[in-house]
Amino acid sequence: MSVMEDLIAKYFRPGRLPHIWCPGCGNGIITGAIVKAIDKQGLAKDDVAVISGIGCSSRSSGYLDFNTANTLHGRALPIATGVKMGNPKLNVIVCSGDGDCTAIGGNHLIHAARRNIDLTLVVYNNSIYGMTGGQYSPMTPKGSKATTAPYATIEPSFNLLALAQAAGATYVARGTTYHVPQLVDVIAKGIAHKGFSIIEVVSACPISFGRQNKMGGPAQMMMWQRDHGVLKAVWDRMDEDKKAEALAAGKFPIGVLYENNDVQEYTAAYDELIKRAQEGK
Amino acid sequence: MSRILLLQGNQAVVEGAIAAGVKFYGGYPITPSTEIAEQLALRLPQVGGKFMQTEDEIAGLGTVIGASMAGKKAMTATSGPGFSLKQEMLGLACIAEIPCVIVNVQRVGPATGQPTSPAQGEVMQARWGTHGDHWLITVSPSSVPECFDLTLRAVALSEKYRCPVILLMDEVIGHMREKIELPDNYDEIPQAERKQPTCAPEDYLAYGCEDGSKVPAMAPFGSGYRWHVTGLVHDETGFPKGTGAATKESQDRLRTKITDNLDDIVQVENYKMEDAEFAVIAFGGAARTAYEAIDMARAEGLKVGFMRPITIWPFAEKQIKEVAGKVKGILVHELNCGQYVLEVERAVAGKVPVSLFAKYDNESATPAELLAEIKKAMA
Repeated sequence: MSVMEDLIAKYFRPGRLPHIWCPGCGNGIITGAIVKAIDKQGLAKDDVAVISGIGCSSRSSGYLDFNTANTLHGRALPIATGVKMGNPKLNVIVCSGDGDCTAIGGNHLIHAARRNIDLTLVVYNNSIYGMTGGQYSPMTPKGSKATTAPYATIEPSFNLLALAQAAGATYVARGTTYHVPQLVDVIAKGIAHKGFSIIEVVSACPISFGRQNKMGGPAQMMMWQRDHGVLKAVWDRMDEDKKAEALAAGKFPIGVLYENNDVQEYTAAYDELIKRAQEGK
Repeated sequence: MSRILLLQGNQAVVEGAIAAGVKFYGGYPITPSTEIAEQLALRLPQVGGKFMQTEDEIAGLGTVIGASMAGKKAMTATSGPGFSLKQEMLGLACIAEIPCVIVNVQRVGPATGQPTSPAQGEVMQARWGTHGDHWLITVSPSSVPECFDLTLRAVALSEKYRCPVILLMDEVIGHMREKIELPDNYDEIPQAERKQPTCAPEDYLAYGCEDGSKVPAMAPFGSGYRWHVTGLVHDETGFPKGTGAATKESQDRLRTKITDNLDDIVQVENYKMEDAEFAVIAFGGAARTAYEAIDMARAEGLKVGFMRPITIWPFAEKQIKEVAGKVKGILVHELNCGQYVLEVERAVAGKVPVSLFAKYDNESATPAELLAEIKKAMA
C-alpha cells in the first residue's frame, strides 16, 4: 500500500469514502495534508477534535476518525472554542472555507485570533462558494466572474492573513494544494504552536470558480498555484518595486509568514484565572 | 444545613447553575439578564468552571454547545434580541441532541423594544423560533426560589433528554428580590448525568438507542468514543443520510423522545383549583398577580382557581383539558398581546369560553386589575 492508503486506513472513517468532492477539487489534498500533519505530530486520535462549518471544505470533518463536528455556516470557531474550553487537552483543528471563515464567520475569526486560543484553523481558500454553485466570497479576486457577479465582482478581497495577524493570531502561514510537502509542514507547525494558528490554503474549485473564470482544468489551476506562490524566503528578498509587481500579478508568499511565541495562550491564562479565583484574589 | 438569603431572581439562577454542576457559561451582556453573566463570571472560576463573555450572542450559544460536546454542563443567558440571534444554534442543539440550557429573561420587544420592562413575548418563539420541525423543553419560574429549583431542573431535563431547555423568565422575576433558602453545601445535591455508552468504542453508535429508549448515550469528546456531530439529518451512526426515510425516522424519534415522556416533563401548579368553577391560567411574572387576585376573588365568594404552567413547552395539553372539563370558563393572563392563550383555545376546543387578559404596557397587572378582568370574564 502507498503511504496515503496507509494513512487513509488509519485516520479516515471506514465506509465514509468516497467523498463528495468533484474531480479536480483541492479539498482532498488539503484534508490529506492535515492527516499527514497529525500523523507527523504523533497525536492520538482520541486527542484530536476536528470542527468544521458548512461548505465543501467543511465536509472534511465527517470523513476523519477523530472527535468531529460539522456545525453551522460560519460558526465552527465558537463551537471549537467551547470544545477547547471544555477539554483543553484536545488538539482542536478547525476546517473552514473562504466564505465560511471570512464572510459569515468573520466576527468569530477576529475574536478567536484576538484571544490567542490554541486552535489550528485551516482555511480551504478556493475563492468561491463551491457547495452552493459558485457565488463569490470575500476572498474572490476583484474582477472575477461568479454566479452572483455576472458583471464581475467590484469588491476588493480580504488579505485574510494580514487580517488574522492584526487581530492577534500568533502563527500565520499559507500553503497551496500544489506545494504539498510544505503544506504538511506548515500545518504540522501550526498544530504544534500553542496559540491561535491560521493556515490559509490556496486551493482550486475547477467546476465553480475555474470554469466561470476560464482558468482551464484542475491541472492548469494547479500550475497557476505553482506560478503564483512564492516562497517566503524569496518574497522577503524582493525589493519594494518587485513586491508591488508580484502583488499586481496576483502572486503571494507561501510558508510560515509569522510566528510569535510570546503571547500567553488563552486556556493557560484561564487556568491561572481559576487559580486566582480559588485563592480568593 | 441551610441559609436564608435575599436574592434577585437572576442571582438564584446563578446559584441553581452552580448547584447543578454547570461548569461553562458563554454569553453576551443584555438587559435584563446581565446579572446572570456577571455573577457567573464571579462564581464559576471559584468552582473550577469557566466563564466567557463571547463576541456576540451566537458565539454565546456556540461555545456552550462546544463545551457540552466536551462533556461539560453548559448554560447561556440572554433576552429577546439575543434569543432571536441564537435560533440557528438552538436548532443545531435540537437535531444534534446537545444538552444545554438557554435562559431568556424576556423584556418588551420586538427589536430593542423596552429593555428594562417586563413582557412575555417569546412564548411562541421559544417553541418555534428556530426553523424546521423540532422539539424542546421550556420551563418558566414564578419566584426567586423557583429560579433556583427550575435551573436545576432545566439542567437535569437537558441531560436526561439530550435537548436544549429554555428557562423562560421575564424581567419581573429576573430582577425581583425575595427570600430564598439555600443549602449550605451544594455537594449534597444530586447531579444529573447524561447517559454514557457501555459498549466498546468501536461498536458505539452515537445516535443509536438501547432498550426502547429514545435518548442516545453521549460520550464526551476525548473520552475514547469518537463520534460525529452534524446539523444535517443523520441516522443512528451520526453520519448524514439524505433519504426520505431517514428524515422521517429522525423527526419521529426526536419528537417522541419528548412526547412519550410528557408525564415526566410537564409540570403545573394548581392553586385553589379543587372546587373552582372558573380558572385563571398564568405563568412566570404574571402568576405573581394571579395568586393575590385569586385570594381577593375568593374573599368575595367567587369560586376561582388558578392553574400555573411551570412547563410551558411541551404544552400542558392534558392538564388544560382537565381544567376545561371542570370549570365554566377560563381566563388566560399574560404579559403580551396573546400567545399562550392560542394554545389554550386550541386545547379547550370550544368546550368552555376562553378569555384573554393581555397586559402589554410595560408593567405587571395589579391584583385589582386582574380581579376586574376575572369578574368581566365570569359575567
